[in-house]
Amino acid sequence: MEAFEILLTASFWVAAIRIASPLIFATMGELVCERAGVLNLGIEGIMTAGAFAGWFTVYLGFGLWTGVLVAALTGAAFGALHGFLTVPLGLSQHVTGIGVTLLATSLTYFSYRILLPEVSSPPKIEAFQPFEIPVLSDIPVVGQALFNQTPLTYFAFVCVALVAWILYRTPAGVAVRAVGENPSAVEAQGISVTMVRMGAVMAGSALMAIGGAFLTMSAFNSFFFEMINGRGWIAIALVVFGSWRPGKALIGAILFAAFDAYQVRLQQLTGGAIPYQVFLMLPYVLSIAALVLVARRAGYPKALMIPYQKGER
Amino acid sequence: MRLEPRPAPSLARTLGFTVLAIAGAVIFSSILVMLAGANPFTVFWLVIKGAAGTQFALLETLTRATPLIFTGLAVAVAFRARLWNIGAEAQLYIGAVMTVVLGTGAITIPAFGLIPIIMVAAMLAGALVLLGPAILKTRFGVDEVVTTLLLNFIVILFVSLLLEGPLKDPMGLGWPQSKRVIAEAKLPRIITGKRLHYGFVLAIVSAGIVWFIMKKTVLGYEMRAVGHNAEAARFAGIPVNRVLAKTALISGGLAALAGFSEVAGLKGNLTLDLSPGYGYTGIVVAMLAMLNPLGVVLAAIFVAGIFVGADAMSRSANVPSYIAQVMVASSLLTMVTAMMLMRYRIRWR
Repeated sequence: MEAFEILLTASFWVAAIRIASPLIFATMGELVCERAGVLNLGIEGIMTAGAFAGWFTVYLGFGLWTGVLVAALTGAAFGALHGFLTVPLGLSQHVTGIGVTLLATSLTYFSYRILLPEVSSPPKIEAFQPFEIPVLSDIPVVGQALFNQTPLTYFAFVCVALVAWILYRTPAGVAVRAVGENPSAVEAQGISVTMVRMGAVMAGSALMAIGGAFLTMSAFNSFFFEMINGRGWIAIALVVFGSWRPGKALIGAILFAAFDAYQVRLQQLTGGAIPYQVFLMLPYVLSIAALVLVARRAGYPKALMIPYQKGER
Repeated sequence: MRLEPRPAPSLARTLGFTVLAIAGAVIFSSILVMLAGANPFTVFWLVIKGAAGTQFALLETLTRATPLIFTGLAVAVAFRARLWNIGAEAQLYIGAVMTVVLGTGAITIPAFGLIPIIMVAAMLAGALVLLGPAILKTRFGVDEVVTTLLLNFIVILFVSLLLEGPLKDPMGLGWPQSKRVIAEAKLPRIITGKRLHYGFVLAIVSAGIVWFIMKKTVLGYEMRAVGHNAEAARFAGIPVNRVLAKTALISGGLAALAGFSEVAGLKGNLTLDLSPGYGYTGIVVAMLAMLNPLGVVLAAIFVAGIFVGADAMSRSANVPSYIAQVMVASSLLTMVTAMMLMRYRIRWR
């Protein structure tokens, strides 16, 4: 009974939305890349780089939104690398993505050691604070969860709407979806497949980096090694779970985060009767289970992972 | 810009582009070293000296190469059949778990019986860990990249659970570590008093066996056919799913041997820091070797040399040893680019 009552508390849903926020950014980023036909396994490393870049910018004394911008630009730069290697050069998206993750992660750790040689424990920054939206935050349970969060969380929701609007309502979005489905038809219209894919991968990578920056600028207020902890890989699973649609992916991310918040509370409730590692495993197990559930009828973008060469069929 | 296929690459072009790829990674790392305020020539000289300058350094490099040969082989075998096994880290840990389960006193028979039993058990366990994602791929169409990556996290938590529970050493002063393996389960040292152990020999023998399987057997032919074009292979009557399952078993088993040899040959017990990412580095090793099993041995020694050398360098020069990771990661990217350039010419038009 007590296990069920958790679901009715406002604090549970506040935590769920907070945990969902970085996943929403990352999932939207991966979704944009994949809709354009490019799998981006650089995500885990790009999030690490974004987390550090945003945090370090603020640590140097710049504003919080400047930090978000720097994180996004860092992400876009790694996106440009991944895009260049996989789109015009047509290299294996799997291997390149893993390479980008390894490179972004190691560059971040190297930079951390160079830029902060004297620090033993990572310094904290003055991070984003919750901003309560009047009236709406008074709604029971969901009011606090949805309307008493940090500005970056609101921004995450704005991004979902923005991604959905761009993908389905603008010519640029049509082009992105088309290069993911039938690139030669796009080329026939005089639009460069290479340009569209590069743009999508860079924009998507920028979003992933903001997802990483959320962790350092709106959750932990500091940078740790290995702090992304598989969130990038989970985002890739969430894109499949959401069958490449922003709305569905958003619901997936919130469900996943709710589950994650729930397992933490359940862990406290069982008081150590079950080893804590079992609870920590659950999110990863759930991701795999979700993939198995939807994979059969997943509507993959038809040209996903297929490099495009002009004049080739 | 267009890519134009070239005739099959000659040995000279293959070697030339490989050297170019490594040079690219060295130049990139040199820029970083300069940004860190050090002289790249001094730093790389220290890396080389630290990796191969003395007998101690060289043996240390070979010791560090041992697990990388196993994970590199695991990745090379899987990637050849386009089974994207990014989970060598998990398979390595499962192999290590089996080694301490059977090797810490559960079975007490002489070494010539015990060591093969442990090896087979470790390989089986690692094989099964990869068979899961392979079946999910062939049966349900689930991408194995994501499942093997997620399994890494699950398995490491599982190992942590074991080390704080059933496998915990009661004499370990509360540290999450297993009991030490008994003398009969230990792989002997090659030179008395040095750290290099017979796991290295086992790794070289494994590379030879894998080379034989890939080049001289029907299974090897089928694996390459599946990797080249699964649809065509299926059309030609090759049982693609079964070949992928066998590939998974071999690949998972090889990665598990890395865990076995680290525990039985070097560390003696299992801790949570047994592998500093050997599974992921195996991907770089396999790509540098262009998925050739014998090349894996050379690539593993090269990569191990960078790590060992960078550790030594960072103690005397003021450059963090993370430069090794940067160099290894960037060499992966330059190498895949070079492999493409071996087969295609870029036409700027």
